[in-house]
Amino acid sequence: MIFADMVTWLTDPSHWTGPGGVPARVAEHLLYCVLAVLAAGLVGVPLGMFVGHTGRGSVLLVGASNVLRALPTLGLVSILYLIAGGGTVPVLLGLVVLAIPPILAGTYAGLQDVDRSVVDAAKGMGMTGRQLLWRVELPNSMPLLMGGVRSSMLQVVATAGVAAFVGLGGLGRPLLDGLRVLDYGQVVSGAVLIALLAVLLDLVLAGAQKLVVPRGLRLIAGTAGRRRTQRRVEEPVQELVTTGGQQETGGTRA
Amino acid sequence: MFSDLGKYLSDAGTRADIGTDLVDHIYLSLLPLVFGVVVAVPLGWVAHRFGRARGALLGVMNIVYTVPSIALFVIIPVLIGSQILSPVNVIVALTIYTTALLVRPITDALDAVPAHVIAAATAMGFRQWRRFLAVELPLSIPVLAAGMRVGSVSNISLVSVGALIGTGGLGGLFTDGFSRRYLPPIIVGITLTLVLALVVDLLLVALRRALTPWTRVQGVAVQ
Amino acid sequence: MIEFRAVTKRFDDGTVAVNHLDLTVDAGTITVFVGPSGCGKTTSLRMVNRMIDATSGTILVDGKDVRSADPPTLRRGIGYVIQQAGLFPHRTVLDNVATVPLLFGWTRRKARSRAAELLELVGLPASLGKRYPVQLSGGQQQRVGVARALAADPPVLLMDEPFSAVDPVVREGLQDELLRLQAELDKTIVFVTHDIDEAVRIGEKVAVFRQGGVLAQYAPPAELLARPADDFVAHFVGKDRGYRALSFVDASGVEIREVATASIGDAVSQASDWRLVLDDGRQPRGWLPAGSTVDGQVTEDGLEPGGSLYTLGTPVRGALDAALSSPSGLGVVVDEEGRYAGVLTARQVLDLIEAQRGSRR
Repeated sequence: MIFADMVTWLTDPSHWTGPGGVPARVAEHLLYCVLAVLAAGLVGVPLGMFVGHTGRGSVLLVGASNVLRALPTLGLVSILYLIAGGGTVPVLLGLVVLAIPPILAGTYAGLQDVDRSVVDAAKGMGMTGRQLLWRVELPNSMPLLMGGVRSSMLQVVATAGVAAFVGLGGLGRPLLDGLRVLDYGQVVSGAVLIALLAVLLDLVLAGAQKLVVPRGLRLIAGTAGRRRTQRRVEEPVQELVTTGGQQETGGTRA
Repeated sequence: MFSDLGKYLSDAGTRADIGTDLVDHIYLSLLPLVFGVVVAVPLGWVAHRFGRARGALLGVMNIVYTVPSIALFVIIPVLIGSQILSPVNVIVALTIYTTALLVRPITDALDAVPAHVIAAATAMGFRQWRRFLAVELPLSIPVLAAGMRVGSVSNISLVSVGALIGTGGLGGLFTDGFSRRYLPPIIVGITLTLVLALVVDLLLVALRRALTPWTRVQGVAVQ
Repeated sequence: MIEFRAVTKRFDDGTVAVNHLDLTVDAGTITVFVGPSGCGKTTSLRMVNRMIDATSGTILVDGKDVRSADPPTLRRGIGYVIQQAGLFPHRTVLDNVATVPLLFGWTRRKARSRAAELLELVGLPASLGKRYPVQLSGGQQQRVGVARALAADPPVLLMDEPFSAVDPVVREGLQDELLRLQAELDKTIVFVTHDIDEAVRIGEKVAVFRQGGVLAQYAPPAELLARPADDFVAHFVGKDRGYRALSFVDASGVEIREVATASIGDAVSQASDWRLVLDDGRQPRGWLPAGSTVDGQVTEDGLEPGGSLYTLGTPVRGALDAALSSPSGLGVVVDEEGRYAGVLTARQVLDLIEAQRGSRR
């Protein structure tokens, strides 16, 4: 029974200590993910704001995001690793590259999604472009922007697991090492831990989303959110962004 | 690098193997797409129809969708008792993803069918199941198709991860290339994956256009 | 014939939408349910085809209790037209109209040819059949809605505020169209509206509902305007009811007079009286004011626009309006082809009304 094997593996105290122990692996995985998403945010948010505010480069953005979504992560980490001649840094860079599109698309779509009449009213009251961006467009785009961050995080949690194949640490290690020696208890333990980490990180970000999305927007999310999802799903951009949940996520998955 | 690629592809046996991988990749990614639609439509209907089931159902779909594929591929055997290296795991896992992806948009699309259209259909004597098939479902096709496009690209990209548990279609080229420290199979694998995703996407767009002629007309008010 | 017998509808939250309604809709007539929002008029209508089920009481359509049929079967035999038309956006106009015949199991070919007939009946060109609803104007969509409801030739037609969403000019056209169709088809029509003007315009009988689903008055429109049952009805019918009641007063007793006329192109010397200018087809174009001089010929530009025209044989309301709106104080009377027939004054019309009041007493 695989399930029993998993319980045995997880309850073995020797698997919870040392550099290969569960806490160390969780810490590694978490570190990769947080670093990659932060780096991606530093690139993706300003770029998304630029494209969303000015409308320039949106075609390129949609095209690039579509290609990245179809890119097989296993192939990507393998090729990065081989071209760089090994090492952890190129693989982490790969994680960052995959983490950017959802954030970029979320930011862009968030800005695009701001009610035109609200933008008009802001201009009519005499706001400059900069004031408009910071005081109106950005706060109003928070739901989709944070949706993008959540997709991005899930993307990275998953890809980091796959990247254990080329030697990255983290929770992919016990899973893939277990496969090599046919220790299915260990394999499934690794998988369950990755799944838990993904769900927990998403919950944490969902909490953060509540904090940064203005209350007025949360109040209308129940009704307008539904309409918004509906409309956007029929447009190409929709496929790259998320609306609070992750379903409509645009990033590649792994 | 290109000469390497040429050399790699010059071998007929290699080409035949790649062809097999491609065929595997197609059925491993598209069968779940079809199964996912078949499961998601009734679930979407339930979520649309029963307010109480809605929150729970959509919540579960959300959580399921957060589980990384490599984890799901090896957890499936625990849940359904299959062999850990069986292709069934990939198909079931991707079906679950496709379902999780589609339930919410289908629910939203069914919610969005105008109440007056439903009322008119009911008043003309449609029974509920027939009304669903003749009115609500066709009107949801654009949204369903958009969801399927996301699902197909996602599935095609994810199948490769299955190579880590021995069933990955074109993903086998990645593990092969990596273990031999040899780039050509990896390049071929990535290229074919992208091309496949593009072709399937175009087919889905064409299918949607054929099935929804009413979405292509201009909404001009004529006196 | 539709009979409501002691029909009450109480919703789950306890609100009574319809309270003990007893009412008979005569076969082959247009009966209008009118009242403020929340008066139960739409609920009453929707109970006929069981879109809503009555809490108690009985509804009979042609003597048969609507509860004895299963709802889909019942509904296929009753036409239903609603405010937003409810057309299927994914089907062509022709297939929309063919819906009920197809539910009845007709072949597609037969259903479509029937649908084409109906498009013609409601005054739409056959070429619209291939379009989708989104390609039609609001008025056209409503016509398609009516055609669709008539497709299986149901004896009963339920119309729930069908013309409320279109603009006033189009609405009037649709009302005329409905009256024309009814003259041809002789259906039993129940028509719900919140607009009292629409109600008296198209209804042969009007049922006024008040809040709480109580029937306040059920009478022909002329009676409603002349003798409202209580303050509620009087208030609902509105301030101008005395004037509007003239829509139901016959004007055949009024004598029409002649007036000096001229034609476009005539050379006219200075005149002391107003002259009516006619075109080649003897249709009124406008007035030449008294004392005006014409430099050479009468042209369109030099005319004062006329008021409304009164067509012979129509109710007295139009005659009074023609007189009141005319710049000369003389209402222009035309025959059915729109040709000049004479003029009349407001005084004459009022005398006629007074005389009729006297004779009624």
